[in-house]
Amino acid sequence: MTPTTRYLIFALWVIVLASTPLWAGNYFVRMAITIAMFSALTLSWNLIGGFTGYPSLSTAAFFGLGCYVGALSQRAGVPMILAWVAATVFVAVLAAVFGAIILRLRGHYFAIGSIGLVEVLRLVTSSWGSLTGGGDGLNVPLVQGGPNVVAQTFLAAMVTIMVIVFVVTVLVDRGRLGFGLRCIQQNEDAADMVGVDTTRYKVIAYTLSAMFCGTVGAAYASWTGYIDPTDTFSILMTIKVPVMCLLGGAGTVLGPVVGTGVYMILEEILWANFLDYNRAILGAVTVLLILFLPGGLLRISYKTVLAQLAARFNRLGAAA
Amino acid sequence: MQYLQVLANGIVLGALYACLAVGFSLVWGVLNVINMLHGSFIILGGYLTFFAWQNFGIHPLLALPFVAAILYGIGYVTQLLVINRVVSQPVLTTLTLTFGLDLILYNYMTVFYTATPRRVTLDLGHVELGGIFMPVDRLFGMVLALALTGMLYVLLRGSRIGRAIVAVRMDGAAAALMGIRINRIYAITFGIGALMAGAAGAIFSMVFPITSNLTGDFLGKAFVVCVIGGLGSVPGALVGGLALGIIESFAGQFFGPQHALTVGFLLMLVLLVVKPTGLTGIKGYE
Repeated sequence: MTPTTRYLIFALWVIVLASTPLWAGNYFVRMAITIAMFSALTLSWNLIGGFTGYPSLSTAAFFGLGCYVGALSQRAGVPMILAWVAATVFVAVLAAVFGAIILRLRGHYFAIGSIGLVEVLRLVTSSWGSLTGGGDGLNVPLVQGGPNVVAQTFLAAMVTIMVIVFVVTVLVDRGRLGFGLRCIQQNEDAADMVGVDTTRYKVIAYTLSAMFCGTVGAAYASWTGYIDPTDTFSILMTIKVPVMCLLGGAGTVLGPVVGTGVYMILEEILWANFLDYNRAILGAVTVLLILFLPGGLLRISYKTVLAQLAARFNRLGAAA
Repeated sequence: MQYLQVLANGIVLGALYACLAVGFSLVWGVLNVINMLHGSFIILGGYLTFFAWQNFGIHPLLALPFVAAILYGIGYVTQLLVINRVVSQPVLTTLTLTFGLDLILYNYMTVFYTATPRRVTLDLGHVELGGIFMPVDRLFGMVLALALTGMLYVLLRGSRIGRAIVAVRMDGAAAALMGIRINRIYAITFGIGALMAGAAGAIFSMVFPITSNLTGDFLGKAFVVCVIGGLGSVPGALVGGLALGIIESFAGQFFGPQHALTVGFLLMLVLLVVKPTGLTGIKGYE
C-alpha cells in the first residue's frame, strides 16, 4: 500500500464519520463520535506502543487527567475550547516529567509502572473530595442547544482531534523522530550506540502520545457532562486501546484507525445482541487476535490467504 | 498499645498478601508473563470454597485441597494449550492474551455466580493477648497463608520439579539443554501460580467477604507486593506482602483508610524507579 492510498483511505473514513448527521440518526452519530474519540486515543498510543515498542498502559491515566483538568477549568469559568487546550498542556507537562522518570524502566517493569500511574491517579481523585468531588463525580456545564447541535459539535471536535493526531503520526512516521523511534523499538542499546538520543526521543514520543489523550479526555468530559473516577481512570480502557491498535497493526500509520473501527463496530454489535456475554466475547476476540493474527489486520496479505484457500480447495477436490 | 494492634492487623493482612502474590510472582519470574488472570483465579478459588461450604456443608479446610487441585488443573491446561503458543513474545502480547482470558473468566463468574459479596462464617470467636484483639478466623487465615507460602518454598528448594522450575527461571536455554522440557515446566509453574491464587482465595473467603468485583484490587495488590519485595522469589513475596500489609495498616491509621491503597501504589512507583529489584534484591530464584 503506498502512502497516498493510505491517506486516501483515511480521508474517506473521515468523510464517512463526519457526514453521519446527514444520512443517519443520532444513534450512528453517537457511534461516530465514539469511534473518532477512540481512534485519537489509539493513534496516540501507537506513537509510544507501536513505533517505540514500549508497552505503555497509561492511556487512561492521561485521559482521566484530561477529563478532570478540563472539567475543573470549565467549572471555574474558562471557555470550553480553552479548557481543552489547558488540559492538553497540563497533561503534556505532566507526561514529560513522569516519562523522564519511568522511561528508564523496560519491558514488564515499564508496563507495571504505567498501569500503576492509572491506579494512583484514580485513588487520588477519589479521595481528594474537596477538589474533584471524590466518588460523587463532577458535573460539567452542558453545551447549549438541542441534542442535535450537541452531537454535531462534539462530532466535529472529536473528528478534528483524530485528524490532528493522524497528521502528527504521519509527520513522526516520515521524519527523523519516527526513524529514531523505530531504531529504539528494534534495539535500544544499539540505537543508543549509534547516536540516537534515546532518552530524549522516548520522552518526546511519550509526551506526544499522552497530550492528545488529555485533549480527548477534556472533550469527553464536556460531551457527557458528568465524570467520575472509576469511569475516567478505567483499567479496561487502558488495555482496550492497545488491543484495538494491535488488531489493526501496531507501528503502522493506518493500523490504529482500522483496528479501532473494526473493534468498535464489533463491540457495538456484541453489546446489542449478547448483553450478558459481551465481555467474554470481547475476551475471546482478544485471545484469537493474539494467537492467530499477531501482526494485525493490515499485515494480512490477501494474496497469501487466497492462495492458501485455493490450495485447500484443490486438496479437497483431489480427495473427492 | 494502639500501635501494637495496628501492627498485628498489618501482619495478619501482610501474610494474606504474601500468599496472594507469591503465585503471581512465580509466574512473572519464571515465564516472564504478567498474569492478568491472577485476580480472577483468587476469586474463583474463594467462590468454589464458599459454594462447597454453603451447598454441601464442606468445611473450608477440607475444601481447600480440592479447590487448589481444580485451579492447578485450569492453570496447567490454560498454559499448555493457549499461553505457551506466544510465551516468548514481548510483554504486551502475553499481557493482552491473559487479559482476554481474564475477561472470559470474569464474565463467567459474574453471570453464573453473580457479584454479591459472600463470606464463609466460621464463628470461631476471638482472642485477646496483652490488649491486642484478634478474631480467631483471621489468625487461622494467617497461619494457613504462611504455611502454604512455606510449602511452596520447600517445594522449590527440595523437589526435583522445584529445582527444574528454578533452573528455567535462571536460564531457560541452558535448562533446555540439560534436558528439562521447558513447556511442561511452564505449564506446571502456571498451574502452581493458579493453585496458590485459588488457595489464597479460599483463605480470603473465610476472612473477608469476596466478590468478583474485587479481581482488579487483588491483581493490583499482587503488582505492588511483587515490586516491593522483589520479583520471582518466595522470600521476596513474603517480605513484600508483610511490608505492604503493615504499611497499609499504619497508613490507614494515620491518613484514614481511604488513603491506605494510594500509599501502597505510590510506594510501588517510587520503588520501581529507585530499586526495581525490590527490597530483598534477590536476582535468582532461591
